[in-house]
Amino acid sequence: MSNLTTSEVKVNKSGQRIVSPDYLLFEAPREKFFMTGSEAVKEAVKRASVDASVSYPITPQSEAAHLIGELWVEGYVGVYFRGESEFGVMSEVAGCALAGARTITTTSGPGTLRAFENFPMWAGTRIPVQLVLMARGVNAPLSIQPDNLEVGFLLDTGCMIWYAENAQDLFDMILAGFVVAEKPAVHVPLITVVDGFFVSHTREAIMIPPDDIALPPYDPTKAPMPVIDLEVPPGRFLRDPFVMKSNYISYATHASWQFEVRAAIERSRPYAKHYLRGLIEEFGNPEAEIVFVAAGTAASQAKEAVRMLKDEEGIEAKVVKLKTLRPFPYEELRASVKNAKYIFVPEFNVVGWMEREITKWLYGYSNAKIIGAPRVAGGMTMPAEVIVKEVLNYIKVR
Amino acid sequence: MSFKVYQINPELKDVMPQEIIDLEEKSTLNNPKRGVMDLPFYKELIEEHSLCAGCPEAAALRYIMASLPNPEDTIIVNSTGCTSLVFPHIAMHTVHSLFGNQNAVASGIKRVLEYRYPDRVKDVVVLAGDGATVDIGLDCTLQSFFRQEKITTICFDNEVYANTGGQESGMTPKGHVFKMAPKGKQFEKVPMWQLAIDSGCKYVARLTVSSPKRVESVIKKAVYVARYLGPTYVHLYTPCILEIGLNSDQGLEEMRARDKERFEFFEYITPEAQEVIDRVKAEGLL
Repeated sequence: MSNLTTSEVKVNKSGQRIVSPDYLLFEAPREKFFMTGSEAVKEAVKRASVDASVSYPITPQSEAAHLIGELWVEGYVGVYFRGESEFGVMSEVAGCALAGARTITTTSGPGTLRAFENFPMWAGTRIPVQLVLMARGVNAPLSIQPDNLEVGFLLDTGCMIWYAENAQDLFDMILAGFVVAEKPAVHVPLITVVDGFFVSHTREAIMIPPDDIALPPYDPTKAPMPVIDLEVPPGRFLRDPFVMKSNYISYATHASWQFEVRAAIERSRPYAKHYLRGLIEEFGNPEAEIVFVAAGTAASQAKEAVRMLKDEEGIEAKVVKLKTLRPFPYEELRASVKNAKYIFVPEFNVVGWMEREITKWLYGYSNAKIIGAPRVAGGMTMPAEVIVKEVLNYIKVR
Repeated sequence: MSFKVYQINPELKDVMPQEIIDLEEKSTLNNPKRGVMDLPFYKELIEEHSLCAGCPEAAALRYIMASLPNPEDTIIVNSTGCTSLVFPHIAMHTVHSLFGNQNAVASGIKRVLEYRYPDRVKDVVVLAGDGATVDIGLDCTLQSFFRQEKITTICFDNEVYANTGGQESGMTPKGHVFKMAPKGKQFEKVPMWQLAIDSGCKYVARLTVSSPKRVESVIKKAVYVARYLGPTYVHLYTPCILEIGLNSDQGLEEMRARDKERFEFFEYITPEAQEVIDRVKAEGLL
């Protein structure tokens, strides 16, 4: 790693030694800690040369937001305050990012919906804000429990969407996320999802590099849109007058702008593949005919079910864990389910948005039967036994 | 910022439009004493706006653009409405984000600029209509005052949602008939200038734009007080002549009539704001 051997050691505003993303993510020595997902957020932000964060209380993301506040007190984050609501917060972080800051915020469930108008705006203004979304049920009736219905709503906002399975994933994804989202060819927002409580509040072993090294700071002058810091010629985010007119050129301009945002997400693939070590992860027998396709905690539980199916029933199965949903890893998925006869899609919501996605992307590419089960919601857990039972019942009926 | 960003490459000068050349040769940039009296002689920062003929809002925008003490280092955060039609014609850094979130966006920008450029003056001004400021955006507006954000908020009050075709707004006077208030508005005009005072603004002014010199004075005070102290609020009457049935030459007359009643000039200055104003005056900038 050149940064280590060079005679000129560079530090960020917090006095941490700046290292390359590859060094921080792949090469730096790591030590084992036992911590919650919320604490993993703090540790990632601490090593990410973050300029700004705005917070608002909502369970289960509050602790992560408190901990970012502690980093601000300690001098690791430049700007931090509590906003008035999630709508205000997501607009405040937009302002921070427009002014050239590496910006992160967190929210959950109803907060996501309160903020919703901001997400396509973030994408349209091409700001690389990172939102850590600790998924929770949405009203009504009131629930503070884990449920990822809101992720289905977010799929087409023009933001990249990654899904972390556990605290380790979350730590690595937050760091990788800034690197990928800020690539000049990409430069769109990133929503990094974890399941609330299951990950945010659960303590587990995670490996992290030392805290005296950090990502290179964000360089807003490399952004594809002019940074609003008055150091470059005037940039206008209402673009040119014809966008506001009722004529065919304005329609085409608006449409092509939206296509460009989606194209930017597509251009993130090679970077995400590198920094996430692939867009999917496989677990179990690669040749298995029974395949679980899942993300987050559902993938963890499916892995356990694969073990149980093999050990207790002698049935071979595998899990395809999706690390990214936008961009959707369709090539990897299609290759991975070549042998599949049954594809189970376990998920934590009532509508089955993941099953819809899988069905859409495999249409014409797989003859496997796609089964949207098991499906739990509203805070219900998904024991591996339930997944096993679902598989056995299905196979027996046939 | 560097004025180089306004300089034209000499080799390309012969193909540049005159208005761009004027921006370099006849500008009032880098001159904090600039003001509305420069309007006939220098290049304006607003060009060929797309508002209705005779719209007082267009006059207000010209006076404000001419009065900003530091336009080369000022960001204007805008919202949706008639004003958003004008912003593509302005030679300044402007941001349009959503309808009603302008003070939140401005808060983020101001705080990050203070963090990234601690030794530099960079003013942030919010400019939005009455719907954006008082109705849909009231939460963000007042919360930015509570938090003592160092931004200037300018509300263009035309007492109606004009851009969407003339619907009642919170700033419509009681009894006025507009769309969505077919029996006349049922409640009083929101005393936004008073809310601004109660919410912690250091300088508040209410006026029509009938007097360009007065607009200049108010805008300069509001920007300087926000720069050194905290939130400031300027409430301007910019009637929608279209929606109240006036001709394009009657806007000024309408504003002069309101000068004597609900938009009588009103100024609120905290003692600390007065100190800033006195200091700036002593420097010859007001």
